[in-house]
Amino acid sequence: MNSRERILGRVRRALVDVPRDDPSYEQAVSRDYACEHGDRSVEQTVELLAENLADYRAIVHRTDAEGLAGLIAGLLEKRGSASVLVPSGLDEGWLSQTGVTRVTDRAESTPHELDRVDSVVTACSVAIAETGTIVLDGSPDQGRRRITLVPDHHVCVVRVPEQVVSSVPQGLERLDPARPLTWISGPSATSDIELDRVEGVHGPRTLEVILVGDA
Amino acid sequence: MSGTFVGMPAFPEAAREAVGNTTLRGNLRHATHTIRAKRAKAVTEVSDWAELREAGKRIKDHTLRHLDRYLEQLEEAVTAAGGIVHWAADAAEANEIVTQLVKMTGESEVVKVKSMATQEIGLNEALEAEGIRAYETDLAELIVQLGKDRPSHILVPAIHRNRGEIRDIFSREMSEWGRPAPEGLTDTPAELAEAARLHLREKFLRAKVGISGANFMVAETGTLVVVESEGNGRMCLTLPETLISVVGIEKIVPTWRDLEVFLQTLPRSSTAERMNPYTSTWTGTTDGDGPSTFHLVLLDNGRTDTLADEVGRQALRCIRCSACLNVCPVYERAGGHAYGSVYPGPIGAILSPQLRGTGSEIDASLPYASSLCGACYEVCPVAIDIPEVLVHLRERVVEGGEVTREGNRVVLRPAKGHAAERAAMRAARWAFTHPGALRTGQRAASRTRRFHPRTLPGPGRAWSGTRDLPPVPAEPFRDWWQRTRGGKDGAR
Repeated sequence: MNSRERILGRVRRALVDVPRDDPSYEQAVSRDYACEHGDRSVEQTVELLAENLADYRAIVHRTDAEGLAGLIAGLLEKRGSASVLVPSGLDEGWLSQTGVTRVTDRAESTPHELDRVDSVVTACSVAIAETGTIVLDGSPDQGRRRITLVPDHHVCVVRVPEQVVSSVPQGLERLDPARPLTWISGPSATSDIELDRVEGVHGPRTLEVILVGDA
Repeated sequence: MSGTFVGMPAFPEAAREAVGNTTLRGNLRHATHTIRAKRAKAVTEVSDWAELREAGKRIKDHTLRHLDRYLEQLEEAVTAAGGIVHWAADAAEANEIVTQLVKMTGESEVVKVKSMATQEIGLNEALEAEGIRAYETDLAELIVQLGKDRPSHILVPAIHRNRGEIRDIFSREMSEWGRPAPEGLTDTPAELAEAARLHLREKFLRAKVGISGANFMVAETGTLVVVESEGNGRMCLTLPETLISVVGIEKIVPTWRDLEVFLQTLPRSSTAERMNPYTSTWTGTTDGDGPSTFHLVLLDNGRTDTLADEVGRQALRCIRCSACLNVCPVYERAGGHAYGSVYPGPIGAILSPQLRGTGSEIDASLPYASSLCGACYEVCPVAIDIPEVLVHLRERVVEGGEVTREGNRVVLRPAKGHAAERAAMRAARWAFTHPGALRTGQRAASRTRRFHPRTLPGPGRAWSGTRDLPPVPAEPFRDWWQRTRGGKDGAR
């Protein structure tokens, strides 16, 4: 008998007390919890996102479509970045005002090569206001997971209000589990020294989030 | 790590030693009190905490009650997404599978995401024995590994170390494992985190094999979820070519939507955050993004035995948040090492004796490592009634009875050490059913109370070693009642 059969057999013997007509998943699981917390207007939800991102030490900027390229150029300049990683499907216009060397996200790049790049600019898939979370799903404007991990400076553009949801349940509903997802809530951090939070470990130590919209 | 726990003394002995260590007590008090207050605040932020807790409990219970079906569904989904599923009945088999998988890659080192399952099976030691070096990359795990220490907390394995001790370990040991600690390293947490960043970076960038656990596995989609803070998880999950995840079979949830419950309750319960910095989810392999080979090792190692116990199986709902450790008055004073297991604290006191059985001294003593105050139950985000299971396990230790070990029904004999307790209970039962004898005995006790010892003799000494004997009143309650308000016209 192989281990698969052995384990499944043990599970079945362990569950002899469970009746055949045990409640189905739909009957057994109660979902009396809220699908979002509080009652907010669209603008208030965007505001909450900005507050919660900032609360976990992300740097938040707001601009409109016209100001975006200038803002990105300014952020890269202020950071002193010489190079920026660019996902293959990133909106051309976003980097139209910066002269920083572009490094395209390619499968062939080694981690060491990525480590030499100063910044990365990406879009996102969805942003969750209540938790201050941005989610990347590997779409062409967000790139491979590693490009937002190895460089020390991540600039993430969120289109507001259309990419913003209030809550975790609403966020999950918009996401495709088949894609590799990265949920980001502030720059990397640790609570491992005396259970006190310190920002800046292995992931990007600086996370800048640009909320772009005409609102 | 399990190997290092073999031969641990029973909890009372280990705890007595730990309680005498003032540095340890100071470190634990500071850390647990910090996180307690923060958790309470994070939980108050969500008005529907009780409903989320109930939903989490029900999802997990339902999954456990149909675990065979969900395991098969998960296997099918992971395989369809390009993953390879392995089954391991015990620690030895899991270690053997992982060792072979690493050897097949031709590599002799691996980077690891913090994982309770791999700690439980002692994977690092098993790999080391085969010439494969495993680098722990979580900051606290790194502190433990460099300090040749044992973990003492589920979430923060180095909780027993303060910043000064961590600085000393880094300065002394980092050069043995790779890049040395920076000259003049101070004990500020930010500098210590920076030292870890520099030390581990080269290992991440060259790693070809990553090893992880998982917080959740979604049966319907085959998706695995890792919840973390530092980015070391992301490094191990995305940079290597091969990813091996070792996950306990109880980590399943049926649907993608179920994550909406746990991704709200887990971060708040563990690090007291609205959301942890990084959560990674992956489904099999993705072309051109992340590891091209993904192995999932499904681990039993005592879980099906635990499942067979109708009272005890609720321990398998645990999502390893560690909130119960942080509120426990016993854990706060005794520390994690006294529990003699990678799962310390209240959850460890019910999980270890079920996963490993109550055969050893330490495992038989763990159900007693509690004052039954119930704080653990109150904070548990999946409502595990830890006191109920503790009492259930005490009964099993004392009275013996039928249990499941490695899939087989066996009958445990009553523990030997409890003969005096059983005799006392038998005597009490006899006395309470013979009122005349009880009355005579109580009066005799009151008359002789000046001569009563402060501690019990013989086998009772252990009990009175940590407790004051209750003083016997000058007059038995029944006599007092009769004298003052008894009789037909009393009660005024």
